Amino acid sequence: MTTAAFLCLFVLAVAGYVWNRQAASAIRADGTRLHSLEGFHGFYSLLTVLVPVIVLILLWLVFQGPAVDSILKAGLADRLAGLGTGEVQLILAEIKSISRGAVFGTPEQWKFDAAERYLALNARADQLLLVLVLALSLTLVVLSRRKVAAEFRARHGVERIISGLMIFCSVVAIFVTVGIIASLLFETARFFAKVPVTEFLFGTNWEPQIPLREDQVAAAGAFGWLPVMLGTLVITVIALFVAVPVGLMSAIYLNEFAPKRLRAVAKPFLEILAGVPTVVYGFFAILVVAPAMRSFFAAIGVDVSPNIALAAGSVMGIMLIPFISSFADDALSAVPQSLRDGALGLGATRAEMMTTVLFPAAIPGIVGGILLAVSRAIGETMIVVMAAGLIAKMTINPLDSVTTVTVQIVTLLIGDTSFDNPKTLAAFALGMMLFIVTLVINIFALRIVRKYREAYD
Amino acid sequence: MYDTPTLERTVDSNTVKFSARDVHVFYGETEAIKGVDIDILDNTVTAFIGPSGCGKSTFLRCLNRMNDTIDICRVTGKILLDGADIYDKHIDPVQLRAKVGMVFQKPNPFPKSIYDNVAYGPRIHGLARTKADLDVIVEKSLRRAALWTEAKDRLNEPGTGLSGGQQQRLCIARAVATAPEVLLMDEPCSALDPIATAQVEELIDELRQEYSVVIVTHSMQQAARVSQKTAFFHLGDLVEFGETGQIFTNPRDPRTESYITGRIG
Repeated sequence: MTTAAFLCLFVLAVAGYVWNRQAASAIRADGTRLHSLEGFHGFYSLLTVLVPVIVLILLWLVFQGPAVDSILKAGLADRLAGLGTGEVQLILAEIKSISRGAVFGTPEQWKFDAAERYLALNARADQLLLVLVLALSLTLVVLSRRKVAAEFRARHGVERIISGLMIFCSVVAIFVTVGIIASLLFETARFFAKVPVTEFLFGTNWEPQIPLREDQVAAAGAFGWLPVMLGTLVITVIALFVAVPVGLMSAIYLNEFAPKRLRAVAKPFLEILAGVPTVVYGFFAILVVAPAMRSFFAAIGVDVSPNIALAAGSVMGIMLIPFISSFADDALSAVPQSLRDGALGLGATRAEMMTTVLFPAAIPGIVGGILLAVSRAIGETMIVVMAAGLIAKMTINPLDSVTTVTVQIVTLLIGDTSFDNPKTLAAFALGMMLFIVTLVINIFALRIVRKYREAYD
Repeated sequence: MYDTPTLERTVDSNTVKFSARDVHVFYGETEAIKGVDIDILDNTVTAFIGPSGCGKSTFLRCLNRMNDTIDICRVTGKILLDGADIYDKHIDPVQLRAKVGMVFQKPNPFPKSIYDNVAYGPRIHGLARTKADLDVIVEKSLRRAALWTEAKDRLNEPGTGLSGGQQQRLCIARAVATAPEVLLMDEPCSALDPIATAQVEELIDELRQEYSVVIVTHSMQQAARVSQKTAFFHLGDLVEFGETGQIFTNPRDPRTESYITGRIG
């Protein structure tokens, strides 16, 4: 039935477009100069019909279910009297499944009657929607048709409606962000109601288990986020040690020294690296890098743990290489040619020009890129879930096994979870901290990047 | 057309600094310079004039091998600096560019302090042993570029914060600081206002005392004001080369005459 409503709407909207357009061309044919071209008159009608009616249909679809339910419940008031919400929901679900023809067991006759009533109500609602859509669309078509005149500013009208749509879209993005933050805040607050803030922020022990029975031994959980955050930092630092030199050097080489042909081949390859799914990097870490490192360190007689942080970190570094090199490339390209000429004209070699003029001029952009890479490394999940360890340790030894904030969030929320104990709620607190850390780094990075964009206008 | 009083325009040197023979420049397939022969004298301002795209800047950039930095550019022929071929295998273009300084069309100070801008060349070429030596070089160069009085109290401020004319004089100071023998100037005043232009032109006349100066300019008045010798380029050919006074008052080639009277260009 909704399909029919949409169909009616589109037919009427298109009809309105054609009608307005023709009316406008008729005026023009009389030799009057139009303020707006015929097409704008048509689009004006189209948009004035489409936007409000689509909003109407969407609202209707949202509220139809609850409205029908409450009418149904009102009709069954004497039967449902004295029952809890859960039982009422159960009965409603049964009635609905009967209405779809799925009958289990032998329900009472009044449930069959209710199912029939439910179907009738829905059918009535659908018809009502169709009638409303038709009426509203027709009214709008006629209203916009009556506006067609030589001096009517349809062009501005269309622009206003479209800019309204754009505002709506950006507001949606903002509200989603606010919603995410709100949900995180809400759950975090519940967590801190059970675990003191100070224990979480300054505790050096992370053992997120809770006693299943009252008398269970040694199962009081510890929720200090420091060892987990330290693990994240260890992995991030290792990743940067790999990504920053390689990314920067490759960007400098490709930007200044590489012959055109090599650049044309090498750049797409770097970009392929950026397109590799992180799961695949995870495979690479556990199947190739970690075993190779283990056997190397075993060969030189150093004892390493199975989930070596160095493996996860360096593979994450490989993931970040294209990120850093593309930022550095942009920053270097933004340095004007005149500065290169100036340095070369004074007798600098290319390498001297790079280190003494180009690099200092590009450094704000490069630093911005590196900071964005840091916040990606901190938030990266898949590689570390696959390749890093699970046990939180207060260590900065890259050969040890460490765990990260993201890994802990994943493990806390995997499987059957109930959202009323500190174990699961801890995930939200960790998520909140992660969000704050990356947000601060991102703000910082974007400021630096913006500053360097202004430098050469 | 030229109401500027013609300066005393004697060429008081006969030492040849640059000597070019049969120079051709190709950008890929197109020939930008078609066989140029010219002798550029020491202690003289030589102006290259001509309509846009005539090859005057391209030829200028041959003199310090800046064209080497363009991949598709190819230069044939001989260019001798003090009798030595600058396109010889044994010549290091980097060393050459320290000897043949260049000032560009748009002022291009590095995003560094005024001091560091001027000290850039001496530092990379190791011209100063001590900080005191470097201070002396910086002061001398800024004085020579007539910027010392304006800049002496703000040596640590960024060079990009100066006005356009000051920036261009800073670039001249920067070029002078490497102790070059020749200064090439590629339309050094085209981005400047008339007052800054006048200052730079006055400076060019003073620089003649110590350097051979080659200036590319779009403005014939400027060529008439600052140069002793003028070369007129047209479509990649060196059409006429002679004393500035003679070129502007009594050109031998009809094309030169058309250009300076405003019929081509």
